[in-house]
Formats: sequence, C-alpha cells, structure tokens
Amino acid sequence: MTVVHHEASPELRLGRLGGLFHDTWVVALRNTRRMLRIPEIFMFGLLQPIMFVVLFTYVFGGSMKIGNTTDPNVYKNFLMAGIFAQTVTFATAGAGAGIAEDMHKGLVDRFRSLPMARGAVLTGRTVADLVQTALTLVVLAGVALIVGWRPGSMNPTDIGRILGGFGLLLLLGYAFTWIGALIGLSVRTPEAATSGGLIWLFPVTFISNAFVDSSQMTPWLRHIAEWNPFSATVQAARKLFGDPGLSQSHAWPMQHPVWASLIYSVLIIVVFRTFAVRKYRSAEG
Amino acid sequence: MEAAIRAEGLVKTFGDVRALDGVDLEVPPGTVLGLLGPNGAGKTTTVRCLTTLLRPDSGTAHVAGEDVLRHPDRVRRLMGLSGQFAAVDEYLTGRENLVMVGRLYQMPRRAARARADELLEWFNLADAGDRITKNYSGGMRRRLDLAAALVVRPPVMFMDEPTTGLDPRNRLALWDVIKSLVEEGTTLLLTTQYLEEADHLADDIAVVDHGRVIARGTADKLKAQVGGERVEVVVRDPARLDDARAALVRHAQGEPVVNERMRRITVPVSGGAGLLAEAIRDLDAIGAELDDIGLRRPTLDDVFLSLTGHAAEQGNGEGATTEGGDEDADAAKDKKKDRKDRVSQR
Ligand SMILES: Nc1ncnc2c1ncn2[C@@H]1O[C@H](COP(=O)(O)OP(=O)(O)OP(=O)(O)O)[C@@H](O)[C@H]1O
Ligand SMILES: [Mg+2]
Repeated sequence: MTVVHHEASPELRLGRLGGLFHDTWVVALRNTRRMLRIPEIFMFGLLQPIMFVVLFTYVFGGSMKIGNTTDPNVYKNFLMAGIFAQTVTFATAGAGAGIAEDMHKGLVDRFRSLPMARGAVLTGRTVADLVQTALTLVVLAGVALIVGWRPGSMNPTDIGRILGGFGLLLLLGYAFTWIGALIGLSVRTPEAATSGGLIWLFPVTFISNAFVDSSQMTPWLRHIAEWNPFSATVQAARKLFGDPGLSQSHAWPMQHPVWASLIYSVLIIVVFRTFAVRKYRSAEG
Repeated sequence: MEAAIRAEGLVKTFGDVRALDGVDLEVPPGTVLGLLGPNGAGKTTTVRCLTTLLRPDSGTAHVAGEDVLRHPDRVRRLMGLSGQFAAVDEYLTGRENLVMVGRLYQMPRRAARARADELLEWFNLADAGDRITKNYSGGMRRRLDLAAALVVRPPVMFMDEPTTGLDPRNRLALWDVIKSLVEEGTTLLLTTQYLEEADHLADDIAVVDHGRVIARGTADKLKAQVGGERVEVVVRDPARLDDARAALVRHAQGEPVVNERMRRITVPVSGGAGLLAEAIRDLDAIGAELDDIGLRRPTLDDVFLSLTGHAAEQGNGEGATTEGGDEDADAAKDKKKDRKDRVSQR
C-alpha cells in the first residue's frame, strides 16, 4: 500500500481567524466528548451546588437577616443568585485539572507539534467547560424552582432580564475558567490543579454578598465584599431576576452591577487569556 | 542538495544541566539518521528542539528548508512527530484520535476519516479502532501515536525511540513501515538506544553523549571503530582453556581475551557465520567440550566504551571491579559482562 505521497504543504487552507475558530471547535468537540465519557465528573459537579441549595435554604434559612427580615422565604430568593454564581466559578477547577492532565499526559506536546492556531487548545477547553457550566445551571435552576425560588418575588422582571442574568453568570464562569487555565499550566500535576483551582474560590465567594447581606459585615470586610468582582455578578443577577436583598451600598459596582459585572468579566478574560496563552506557548514541560 | 534537517550548535540548559552542548546534525533528504545514545544523552531534547517544542538557548535549526525558530508554524506543517511517550487522548477511540489530528491539520472531515482508516489498517489497529485508548496496551498506544505522526504524509519525520515497548512482531512491522516511508522519500530522524536497530534502519548514525555528537558515520564505520565482531566461547573444563585458546588463535584478528573465572574466551574476528563453523570444527578436533559458543556483535556499550572510555549507562570505574554474575541468563547481564571484559582488557 502506498501510504505516503508527500501532500503536506507549508500553507493551510484556512486563514488566521478561520483557523482559530476551526481549531477551537475541534478541541472543544474533543473535550465535550471526553466529558460525556466521564459523566461522573459532571454528576459530582452538579451534586455539590444542589447540596448547597438544600442546606442553605433549610439550615440557614430562618436565621439569616436580609435587610430587616429573617423570613426564610426572603432568604431563599436572596440565596439563589449567590449559589448560581458560586457554581459557575467552580468550573475553574475543571478547566485547570483538564489542562494540567493534557500537559501531564503529553497531549499538549502533540498539539504543540501541530500547525494549530495559538490559543486554540486553551480556548477549546474553556468553551467546552462553558457548555458544561450551562448544563449545570439549567439543572440547578430547576432545583431552585422546586425548593421555592420565584424570580420577581421582590421587583418585577421578565424572561429577557432573567436570561440576561444567566448570561452574566455564564460570562463570569467563562472568565474564571481562564484563571483555571493559567493555574493548570502552572502546576505540575492534575491533582494540584484541582485543589489549587478550588481553595482560593472559598474566600472569593464567601467574602461577598452571595450568602449574606454584606452591609452587616465589619467595614473593611464589607469594602472587600462590595468591590469583589464576584459580588458584582451576584448583585447583577439578583437585580435582573427581581430577587430581594440588593445591596444598597454606594460602592460603584453595587450601584451599577450589570456594567460592573460585564467589565470585570471581560477584564479577567483579557488578562488571564493573555497570560495563559503566553504560558502555553512557552511551556517547556 | 539542501539538507532536510540541519542543526547547528544547539545548546539547551535546564538549570545546572547542560542537556545540549552544541549539537550539529545534517540529514540529507530521503535518508535516515539514527541518533544513538544512552539515557540522558540529550536525544529527546534534540528532537524537541527540532520539532518546535523547545526553544534552544542558542544555535539554529532548519527542517524541510524552514527555519525552526523563525517559522515554527511552517515547520509544523511539514513534519510529523512521535515523541518518546505516546501522546494520545485516553478517552477518545483510536479512530477519533487520528481524525482529530487530521482535522487539526485542516483536512476536510471526509479526508481525515479516510486517512484514519488507512492508518489504522496499516498499523494493525483496525479491530481496536473504535475502542477508547485508555484500554489499549502500551504497544498499541505507541503504534497509534506513530500513526498520528503520519496523518499528513509529512516529508520529514521524527521518531523518539519508536520501538521501545513493542513486541518483536510489532517491532519488525514497524521496521517495515519505516522502510517503506523511506522508500517513498521521507526523511527520518529516529532515536534509539540499540546499535542493532540503528544499524538496521539508519543510513547514518550520530552517537550522542552529554549533549554532544561524539561520533558520526555508517554503522559499519562505527563498528569498525569498536573492533567488529568476535567469537565467544565458554569451555566446560577450565583445564582446557589454554588448548582452546590455541585452537582459536588462528582465526583471531587481535589478541584473544581469556576470562578464567567465567571459563570464557573472546576472540576478535571478521568473517561472520562461516568462521563460527570453522571455529566449532577446530574445537571439536581437539576434543574441547563447550557450554556455549556464539558470534557477538558490538553493542551500544562497546561503542560507548570505545568512543568515550566510559560505559553507556552510568559512571566510569564501575566496570573494573570484580565479576558479579555467574549465569549467562539474560542479555542485559551479557552486555554488562562484555563491558567488564573490555575494561579489564585495557
Ligand atoms: N524539562 C527538563 N527539565 C530539566 N532537565 C531536563 C528536562 N528535560 C531534559 N532534562 C535533562 O537533560 C538531559 C538530557 O535529557 P534527554 O531527555 O534529552 O535525554 P535522552 O537522551 O532522551 O534520554 P533517554 O534515553 O532516557 O530518553 C538529562 O540530564 C535530563 O535530566
Ligand atoms: Mg529520550
């Protein structure tokens, strides 16, 4: 059989931008396929926020003061945007571990030896994570509705605003997967990427308005919480969902949460994507 | 004609380790260069520098006429790489892995699929093509990785220890693959730790040690440098060693070496199998009973010893100490003994 007649050429079919989209698509498909073959990861990723919804609703529900009420129903509606936001940020660990594993298993060498668009391996991974995050959010929103979350319970909303809220949540999740990508490229093992991708998320998501009314924190903590990029998205989602417990703070991100959320997320993407792609290209693993 | 692979003065350090210390290579189009060297010699580092995975600290490299440092993307379209460790996605099937690689070369989907089928067939993986590679054996993964390197029919190929981990049948099959690639004009750089393999596949051999090319030439030339083949005889009765030695001396190309403890005589020869038969007849004629007789070819260890004065694996003095083993059990031990004999011979 004739297997080689040299067809390879130094030119590629697609241009620069076309190549980036094409390669990203191929890598995203590959990662999505992997996720389908290891459904445990998705399942556990789903179980954790569901547990949070149930525990926070029923355990903390009666003792949390939102504004000037401790009505568990108010807390329930307050809580959901916070849990959604925390859930999307946990995609960070998945992205980091996935990329660290690709490095570890030598797959990154295979990719780097191919004439791929720069950044396609990482972008493909983050896009696949975005799909997974979106699925997680759909299921989680269903659970939230079951336990009694009612968008519009405080302020009027509509389907467009609700979708807008989820859009901002997804954008935040996407931004955080780029942080995960950089972590994954910087550590030596996939295990380190998982724990390294998670631990710092606890202070970021708890020193915020996600689970408690930040106006009741000590002043220095309150300032951190109100300027925390994560809080901006929580506040924006709450606002768009018509949920109770909006922060009344004069801090700019709390006054203009939708803009703040957009700006923060885009900024995170630009900064971390730049560093991650640079690190990927110079990785000498 | 311009070289298909050319490296000049490649230097690469990792902290204190000078992995490459000025590597120069030149591979004419359509030929095979075997990069031969012990663990840690710098073979993989050389391959990684040439395949755009690693940026050398200094030096230049060209592959298929393209500058590796200046136009890595152009080089990537013209070369195939199979690294030392198989790089395949565990959760994709063999076929999906190959199609993915084809797609990343921007082959149309249909062409990528057809090519994947062809390669699976070629590498004896057709039956396993639809299983996820996590359950492949090491040798199967290795073959899939080699197939992935051939997806675009690249004019220049790099294979880092391609036969490590293959069983004898698949090793021979891979040798055939390599030969047909070369027949069709592919330029190949392969690394190996076995002189025999380099001998069989390569037009030219470059011996690497401590990040430098310390010798270069055809297998015959290197072997001649080492001293060529020799007949090795193990005599049953130690008392007959001298008689046996006397019987063999007329075949010797140099001084026979006697190891009394091992009851072994090593005779440098030239003349191959026919000579072996003569030696057996001569020993038979004097009635010397033998435990073993064989023609030994130089091993990588021998080449190293002769080129560098130190053994391939590690350290310098180790070989000169007492004889350790007493069984000719396995090849590794055999090799070691060869080395020790040579050391004590000096
Ligand atoms: N990424 C790295 N970081 C630090 N040191 C490295 C790295 N890669 C290689 N080295 C060192 O460089 C030297 C050459 O290594 P290289 O992998 O090129 O050897 P090799 O000839 O391929 O050996 P082997 O036969 O074991 O594959 C070794 O001393 C090795 O420890
Ligand atoms: Mg190596």
